[in-house]
Amino acid sequence: MESKGTRMRRRQIEFGKTWLVIAGLLAVVALPACVTINIYFPAAAAEKAADKIIDEVWQLKQEQEGAQNPPAAAPTTTTP
Amino acid sequence: MKKLLLTGLLSMTLMGGVGLLQAAPDLEANTPVITAIKTSMQTRHAQLQSYYGSGAIGLTQDGYIAVKDASAVPLSQRGGLAGLVKDENSDRARLYKEIAAANGHPEWQGEIQSTFAGRWIDKAQAGWFYQKEGAWVKK
Repeated sequence: MESKGTRMRRRQIEFGKTWLVIAGLLAVVALPACVTINIYFPAAAAEKAADKIIDEVWQLKQEQEGAQNPPAAAPTTTTP
Repeated sequence: MKKLLLTGLLSMTLMGGVGLLQAAPDLEANTPVITAIKTSMQTRHAQLQSYYGSGAIGLTQDGYIAVKDASAVPLSQRGGLAGLVKDENSDRARLYKEIAAANGHPEWQGEIQSTFAGRWIDKAQAGWFYQKEGAWVKK
């Protein structure tokens, strides 16, 4: 049987190990991720921007609004 | 068990954080220059619309427009149409360039142009023509 103190200490050590693993993960995953932001072309954002511009230029927005989106005033009326 | 749970939870939080970092921010497309180009294209579209419908013009694979069938247009209008197409394409080229510049990445111009190329065709009305592998296709 372990004493309560030993168990607590063990848990603390395990917790320390967890952080070590997390720090490792962070170094491996997060750092390259930060770099990629500036290098790679944001394809999804570009599509979104293109869609918005095309809707405006071809004036598709008004036609779609009635069919797809509820009136713009709806969200404000639902707030308490 | 508790440790596993904790590790799982924390790594999920971490992944979430990384996901947020990777989630590309919206592309800036609202500079005064871009707005001016959009307005100009919007005005021109009122004139171009019927030409798309008649098949006189179509959408190219590279994000521009081109005269597809000049014979669909009365002789007297052909010169005007050529001018419209030229102006439209110069606006489009400027648009792609300006979006890339507004986001601090002039080198993105080509990718922005090909993104637009696909989206113009996707959003085109049924009956309009677009280019696919060099040939005109009716949507």
